[in-house]
Amino acid sequence: MKSLIGWGVKPVDSHVNEKNDKAWTFKQKLFLGLTPGQYLGQALRNPFNWILGIIFAVGLPLIAYRYFFGLGAVTHASNDYPWGLFLGFGLFVMVPLSASGFMLGTTVEIFGRHDFEPIERLALLNGLLGYFFAVVYLLIDLGQPWRLPYPMFVSFGPAAVLFLVAWHVATYLSVQVAEVSVSFFEWIGWLGGKRFIRRIAIGLTVSGIILSTLHQGALGALFNYAPGKVHPLWYSPFQWIHFFCSSIPAGLCMVIVVSTIVKKTMAWRCDSNFSDNLDRCTLGLAKGASLALITYLVIKLIGIAHDNEWGYLATGWGAWFLLEMAVGVVLPIILFAYAIRHQVVKVARLGAMITVLGIALNRLNTALIAFNWQLYQEIPHIFEVIIAVTIFAIYIVVYRFILYRLPILYSWKAQPEEALAAEAVRPAPIRTTPSPAGAMYRKID
Amino acid sequence: MSGISRRRFLAASVAGCAATTLAGPRKALASGTFSGYPDGMGVLVDLTRCVGCRSCEAACNKEQKLPAPDRPFDDMSVFDETFHDGKQKRRPDENAYTVVNRYNPEGGAPVYRKVQCNHCNEPACLSSCFVNAYTKTEEGAVVYNSKVCVGCRTCMVACPFHVPAYSYSSSLDPVIKKCIFCYDTRLKNGLPPACVDICPQEALTFGKRKDLIKIGHQRIETHPGRYVARLYGEKELGGTSWMYLAPVAFDQVGFDPTPGNEPIINNVKDFLGTVPMVLAIWPAMFTGFHLLAKKQKGHDDHEHDAEQQQGEDGGEQ
Repeated sequence: MKSLIGWGVKPVDSHVNEKNDKAWTFKQKLFLGLTPGQYLGQALRNPFNWILGIIFAVGLPLIAYRYFFGLGAVTHASNDYPWGLFLGFGLFVMVPLSASGFMLGTTVEIFGRHDFEPIERLALLNGLLGYFFAVVYLLIDLGQPWRLPYPMFVSFGPAAVLFLVAWHVATYLSVQVAEVSVSFFEWIGWLGGKRFIRRIAIGLTVSGIILSTLHQGALGALFNYAPGKVHPLWYSPFQWIHFFCSSIPAGLCMVIVVSTIVKKTMAWRCDSNFSDNLDRCTLGLAKGASLALITYLVIKLIGIAHDNEWGYLATGWGAWFLLEMAVGVVLPIILFAYAIRHQVVKVARLGAMITVLGIALNRLNTALIAFNWQLYQEIPHIFEVIIAVTIFAIYIVVYRFILYRLPILYSWKAQPEEALAAEAVRPAPIRTTPSPAGAMYRKID
Repeated sequence: MSGISRRRFLAASVAGCAATTLAGPRKALASGTFSGYPDGMGVLVDLTRCVGCRSCEAACNKEQKLPAPDRPFDDMSVFDETFHDGKQKRRPDENAYTVVNRYNPEGGAPVYRKVQCNHCNEPACLSSCFVNAYTKTEEGAVVYNSKVCVGCRTCMVACPFHVPAYSYSSSLDPVIKKCIFCYDTRLKNGLPPACVDICPQEALTFGKRKDLIKIGHQRIETHPGRYVARLYGEKELGGTSWMYLAPVAFDQVGFDPTPGNEPIINNVKDFLGTVPMVLAIWPAMFTGFHLLAKKQKGHDDHEHDAEQQQGEDGGEQ
């Protein structure tokens, strides 16, 4: 893509093609304003696509294999370890990393911190895709995935924690689709839809907070069903608070990580509003994340003290627990403190990456590694690992597909007033001039 | 910020939570404790009487029409089988709803322990199931409806006795497999389950749970040297329909010695109790935060609001 831009090609970022004053067609938008040949060329020149190709070549047949021959054929999921990598990683790791949507939604919409707007859409998209792919992992893992809607429509077990998770993830997914649809409506040029969503934005955001609080917590509460199975150091009567609290730094840091990758690999797609404000936003997010991490560290300590589990710290499991805490929580706190004090964004980014890995390790520990600690250790089947990686690769592809096209990293240049007037029945108050370069805030309306 | 947006907020948040609120009041019904149906049946398993003949396994296999086992039921070498580097003995699975294991307690004769579903008064499988596939029947059995099971396997995670198994090998119709107290074929008609019927040692006693508790305590009193003074399952985890008497400490024959007397659902009640609170308090709290933040902001973000206002006015002209 970089070389194409070097040749003077400009990716679609507006309603109207500046060259001939005509509106871009849907097909042109899909190809980013390139010819199909150019598009294919840039895709083939990208070595990352070849890696993805190899993963798909191996992984997609294995996914088909799973549906033909059952879970037993591709996983080591057993009667003692009902949940393997698909849920251990796909659900329990992906969901906290997607807490970004409601965090940034709250920051911008509820607290009115419009200085975080340049990164808000990325955070919302990150939330939506994380949840969506957690459901995809679930569809791989469920014994009878075609019955996924059963808890909604067929048979109800409302006293079960998972019932809550199912309903909340389903409703929250719809909320997130609505929140992200603003970018989509801009892209397809239907401003009525965009206006409607902007009006209910506060309602959407507040329901997002409620649903997130409850189901991030509910994922933790699921382990309260297995008090004898999860190692005491990873188990707490307040598990839901632990999971909810740690989802906050996880979500914030995931946005930092994604924005860092985007800045490195997709600079052509970022407009100056995004690029120029990214460092400032990153440090802001790092501040939030470090506060949440400190809180998390404290409640973890309280958790140990509450159940008087100090003795376990001297065991092998204790060492593993302390390592998780030291590397996944304390180290990022120190890095963030340094980064914020000295305004070094790079260190904040490093801290964010470690936090993401640390929270992921915590979830894997709870769901797989320290689960059945008195029994035996489950090692995932190689096919299970490959399928998990394949779904993650699909996640990356979808993520990239959307970032390339929808105005997430750049501001959409709205259509001229005449076109709008023809489309909307009433006089539209939409600003027609594009935002000046380097504007402090993204103009939404 | 105007009345209009507040009204909109209310409408939107009501719509957003309507579905979840529905779940709130119903959950309250699940609180309170349940100590079993008064006339529920049960089985008393006396480990001092069991000789490890495995005829209960055979009877179960026949009654439940399970596939023939790899090794015949008169092959006693299965007692030497261990899995995962000797860390685990045989357990119930999709082909066997009950198994008998042999334990060699320190300085004593071998003890045989029959494992099957214990049919809890407040079953963890039942309370963790999000499609209500499990039922505790009045007769005391915990039965399972495979027609609504989605296959999430939370019941297997929740069961403190490691009982439910899953037919992982099936691709089109994988279901949970576990002992159902021979509910369909026997218990419903007042008959004892197949394993009890066949036991030559009378190691298994079938009867009303409340009577079995008395019998259990009587045996402990009459033969204090023979039993440890504990009727496992009377109170453990809220009580189970199947209860055990053992000659040695229960941890020596594969039981969790300290499961606690609280049913598993009590561990999640605190969380479930906060759900209606969050649903009720969060909307007002965060809208309040929003209003406070707006009032404080001054000119900073009025541009944003003014536009919205303008748009709304435009719409109402």
